[in-house]
Amino acid sequence: MNFTNILNRTLAGLPPSGIRRLFDIAATMDDVISLGIGEPDFPTPWHIRNAAIHTLEKSRTKYTANAGMAELRCEIASYLKRRFGLAYDPGRQILVTVGGSEAIDIAMRALIEPGDEVIVPTPSFVCYGPLAELCGAKAVNIQLRPEDDFRLTPKLLRNAITDKTKILVLPFPNNPTGSVMGRSDLEAIADVLRGTDIIVLSDEIYAELTYTDERHVSIASIPGMKERTVLVSGFSKAYSMTGWRLGYACAEPEVISAMTKLHQYAIMCAPTTSQFAAIEALRNGDDDIAEMRSEYNYRRRFTVHGFNKLGLSCFEPLGAFYCFPSVRPTGMTSDDFCGSLLEKEHVALVPGTAFGAGGEGFVRVSYAYSIDHIKKALSSIEHFLNNI
Amino acid sequence: MHRILELLEKNNSLTAADIAVMLDMSEDEVNAAIEQFKKEGVIIGSKILVDWQKTTREYVSALIEVKVTPQFGKGFDQIAERFYQYEQVKTVYLMSGTYDLLLLIEGRTLNEVALFVAEQLAPMDTVISTATHFVLKKYKQDGVMFEKPQEDERLVVMV
Repeated sequence: MNFTNILNRTLAGLPPSGIRRLFDIAATMDDVISLGIGEPDFPTPWHIRNAAIHTLEKSRTKYTANAGMAELRCEIASYLKRRFGLAYDPGRQILVTVGGSEAIDIAMRALIEPGDEVIVPTPSFVCYGPLAELCGAKAVNIQLRPEDDFRLTPKLLRNAITDKTKILVLPFPNNPTGSVMGRSDLEAIADVLRGTDIIVLSDEIYAELTYTDERHVSIASIPGMKERTVLVSGFSKAYSMTGWRLGYACAEPEVISAMTKLHQYAIMCAPTTSQFAAIEALRNGDDDIAEMRSEYNYRRRFTVHGFNKLGLSCFEPLGAFYCFPSVRPTGMTSDDFCGSLLEKEHVALVPGTAFGAGGEGFVRVSYAYSIDHIKKALSSIEHFLNNI
Repeated sequence: MHRILELLEKNNSLTAADIAVMLDMSEDEVNAAIEQFKKEGVIIGSKILVDWQKTTREYVSALIEVKVTPQFGKGFDQIAERFYQYEQVKTVYLMSGTYDLLLLIEGRTLNEVALFVAEQLAPMDTVISTATHFVLKKYKQDGVMFEKPQEDERLVVMV
């Protein structure tokens, strides 16, 4: 059979992953020092794992309600109220999903009509553009600028809006740059959007990992924005629960109801064991978040200082667990830098271009590693720079 | 300042310069704080944790519960001192509950430890009774797990 004519053409036309080449090189080595992972290194806190084990012992392994267990949705509502001042009705405005990723996917599918435009600021996580295009939308990329610390400005946004714009993806705190949008930044964006029918798809998966005095602010908490926002978050980053695959979306009842319809056809319900674990996380996990955040903060300062000292300057990233140093002083492209660093020193970083064209000249460094590990990587990178 | 202690307690290979960067302080401030902690006896030492059970050297350890008669005007402190002066006694705690002092003793053989208790500790005037519990296996000590921690199972690169 000739599958070229069989497979979905939009899917076939999507660009391959920007890290495939690195992955293949790394696969031939057994001593890679990686700062290349977008995943916490901490184990899921024991009390959360233990809570899940208890439910397995009691055979609580049946399907749950499509939208997620009522008890979990109530806990999510009270968590969002407690930590971010957001008020969502657990009965009609919250949907539990398989990771934040599913929430992003079904939000797009619930909203997009072919021909719509979806604004995607880049560099950013890789899924937004492809998912939008699979729905028949056109992804309109905005290249965020280093001089703005990779924040979205009202001017950049205004220039990208047309009468076909359906969704603005707002991915802050940002992977890969570590950039955050504070209240005043968001108010300026809200000024552009109020009075339009543009929906903000706010990916706040890193909301708990900010390193400023002001806690993370959700755009949904800016006056007039809640009704036009789909908030996406989850448990992966805040509680180090990546493999549990659990996230959620919050929005107006009409949107959540449409998304639930899709979720029910595609997924039925999010994994039951993970939902029980999530209840424990929300009830008793605030201290775990505080502890992990303070540890990330130490590593963040250490990593940023290290790269600046090496002459690969980087602005102060105030969120997530990434920093985004410039490799322009080496005269190499992001791709060449990462390829060569991996081949010569066996250190793995991710080229900024893997996150969209706006990432050229930069590399993403994850500091979800121990200080000793980061030290080792920094000293190998120093050796690499001295021998270019 | 407690954060300096927390960092060092977990990883004493950190330099003052490392800690200064991690806590957003100056190196001088960190050095001064560490000196002060040492002077006040807050930092009382640093050592390597060894799992002797994994070496070929003979090794046993035991926890000894000791009941004693406290001495007038001196309470338990002087008795404790008479225990902790012994090289073999690695740890001494004053306890609440059914006994008074808890000792951790290390030696090369069961016999060596048992004899030490029988000949040195038990005959002391103030000792009413002892109960010896040999340690069969250590799983975790001072926050460190003795089993090798799991390898990093994460992929090498992932967006």
